[in-house]
Amino acid sequence: MSDGEHRGPKGLGFDTLSLHAGQVPDPTTGARATPIYQSAAFVFPDSDVAVGLFNLERAGHVYSRLSNPTNAVLEERMAALDHGVGSIVTASGQAAIHLAITTLLSAGDHIVASRSLYGGTHNLFQYTLSRFGISTTFVDPRDFDAFTQAIQPNTKVIFGEVLGNPGLEVLDIPQLSKLAHDHGLPLMIDATFVTPYLCRPIDLGADIVVHSATKFLSGHGVVVGGVVVDGGTFDWRGKEKFPTLSQPYEGFHDLVFAEEFGPLAFITRARREGIRDFGACMAPMTAFQILQGLETLPLRMQRHVANALEVAKYLEGHDMVESVSYPGLESHPDYALAQTMLPKGAGAVFSFELKGGRAAGRTFIESLDIFSHLANVGDAKSLVIHPASTTHHRMDEASLLASGIGPGLVRLSIGLEDPVDLIADLKKGLRGVEKSLRKPS
Amino acid sequence: MILQLNGEQVYYGTGSGHWKKDAKSIVFVHGAGFDHSIWVMPARYFARHGFNVIALDLPGHGQSSGALLTSIDAMADWVAQVIGAVADDANAKATVIGHSMGSLIAMNMAGRHKATVKQIALLGTSAPMSVTNLLLDAAKDNHHAAIDMTNTWSHSQRSIMGSSDNPGVSNIHAGERWLERAGESVLYTDLAACNAFDAAELPSVECPALVITGGDDKMTPAQAGIAVAQMLPNAHVANLPSCGHSMLTEQPNQVLDALSGFILS
Repeated sequence: MSDGEHRGPKGLGFDTLSLHAGQVPDPTTGARATPIYQSAAFVFPDSDVAVGLFNLERAGHVYSRLSNPTNAVLEERMAALDHGVGSIVTASGQAAIHLAITTLLSAGDHIVASRSLYGGTHNLFQYTLSRFGISTTFVDPRDFDAFTQAIQPNTKVIFGEVLGNPGLEVLDIPQLSKLAHDHGLPLMIDATFVTPYLCRPIDLGADIVVHSATKFLSGHGVVVGGVVVDGGTFDWRGKEKFPTLSQPYEGFHDLVFAEEFGPLAFITRARREGIRDFGACMAPMTAFQILQGLETLPLRMQRHVANALEVAKYLEGHDMVESVSYPGLESHPDYALAQTMLPKGAGAVFSFELKGGRAAGRTFIESLDIFSHLANVGDAKSLVIHPASTTHHRMDEASLLASGIGPGLVRLSIGLEDPVDLIADLKKGLRGVEKSLRKPS
Repeated sequence: MILQLNGEQVYYGTGSGHWKKDAKSIVFVHGAGFDHSIWVMPARYFARHGFNVIALDLPGHGQSSGALLTSIDAMADWVAQVIGAVADDANAKATVIGHSMGSLIAMNMAGRHKATVKQIALLGTSAPMSVTNLLLDAAKDNHHAAIDMTNTWSHSQRSIMGSSDNPGVSNIHAGERWLERAGESVLYTDLAACNAFDAAELPSVECPALVITGGDDKMTPAQAGIAVAQMLPNAHVANLPSCGHSMLTEQPNQVLDALSGFILS
């Protein structure tokens, strides 16, 4: 398609979709809020409809492991926000990655992944999936030659995070998408740190997006959940490399998903196999609570990134800070890319290296009052963690350094508090470090 | 399934069914810029109910090869030829169901290939099927605005907001992807063929017909569909309130109920 002068109608804006997508007032009761359909199963009006629902002839709900009306609102809203054809919500972000990977890959297959990943994803790829015959090669997310060289005949997907964890490398999605597609591979992106408000990977060339909905999407930190969004952009038809989509599926009477479902092939297979058989579904109450968070996502993300930039600038100018890794700062190597890919802000999670190493990290964290020391990000409240001793503790020293994690590295997730108070709290922590370093050893 | 016809590949979906020599056949014909997969639900339904299903990719669409056909006449002739080839019987007869441009093809076949058509179902139809120059010009330039216009105008306001019957599916984005899959010039060629269609040139249609209209259809308004039904001697109308032009994704169950009521009765 060309870029001439023609103008088509614009879709609804992000803020409107955050509030409305996927839901209209309940036609029976008039309820404006999304009802919580706390029901395990749904009645069939007659036997033919029942068969039709099982045989994918009809739209509707059968059993809440497969789909649920409350979950469906969240799924459709996430698909709308991410510009995908559909989505599935899952029990956790890890379940979302597992569902997406196992929908495509089988024993003997291979993943090429950025090495700057959430520790849980690293564990899944490095240790757990390998037990089931799926191997992974990890590469520097900035090294596109390494991505190319790592591709094997059995590679089925390229995987990365928009913002690497914990180094905050900005993944060049348009370039990586081209590389993946040139090799006939889909690109799968974890967009947890950015949410669709800051970045829509599908618009940049990704094919499948996963989120931990526990984080910014919810914002309140009271539930655990995940989302898989299918861009519907990858054409699986006739590609022997992807037999789960292009070949008859014995588990569904030899259905060929890519042939029958067109752009909905991936998400349909994921629902009809992965959620059906692995069963890592979301509870409807959880979907309802995530929907409450999504309603204010645009407002929260604006405040998150504004606070993050202010705090990052403060830390960058402090004597006790060796370095700050935040793509919103000009000092970050991916600053220019972030300006292009993340024009609304470079997220609200970043890391910095304290002078004084591991001991300084511990002193700093234990001196803080407002920041909570815990293993999560994306809460409305500000959070802090020391990756080397928590999220990434299973990695050996060499792997840690390869992932850009130094002994004094501290990761912050900047919340919605008054930034003056956040900076005062950090100042207190840094003063504690300074004092501890002055003490004679 | 793949068939070779006149040196070109013809692809058609079967709804996961298997061809049975003595079974009745149903042919599904997609609209402008689409392919057979838009029919997945009714295709699977009628296959399960014992019909031979032929959900076609028109030439140059989906997985069918060959030059794009530039008139509804040519498309109708091609579909009639495919029915005979699939059945390996030049006298084969089928129910022909078409959506939008496909409805014009079905109507045309009912007039010009009477021996091949048992009955027709026309979804989201109008005759004439005028296309605004704004859309034609954008489509001619292969501009994404043509997809935006076609896709947005094909959905009811309710569907644009969401609340899909199909759990977790965003119909508006699925529609966009279907159209993006079409090759260069496909949408323009199809729309131009619709725009040039003249029902007055058709021989009379005599077979039974079902016209399914959408109450919120902006592309082929319900009144236009009713007018088509009034042109046909043996037609009845099933109106889907609050449904847009993309009725196969917006109200798949209601479409299926209307089709099954018409065909199984």
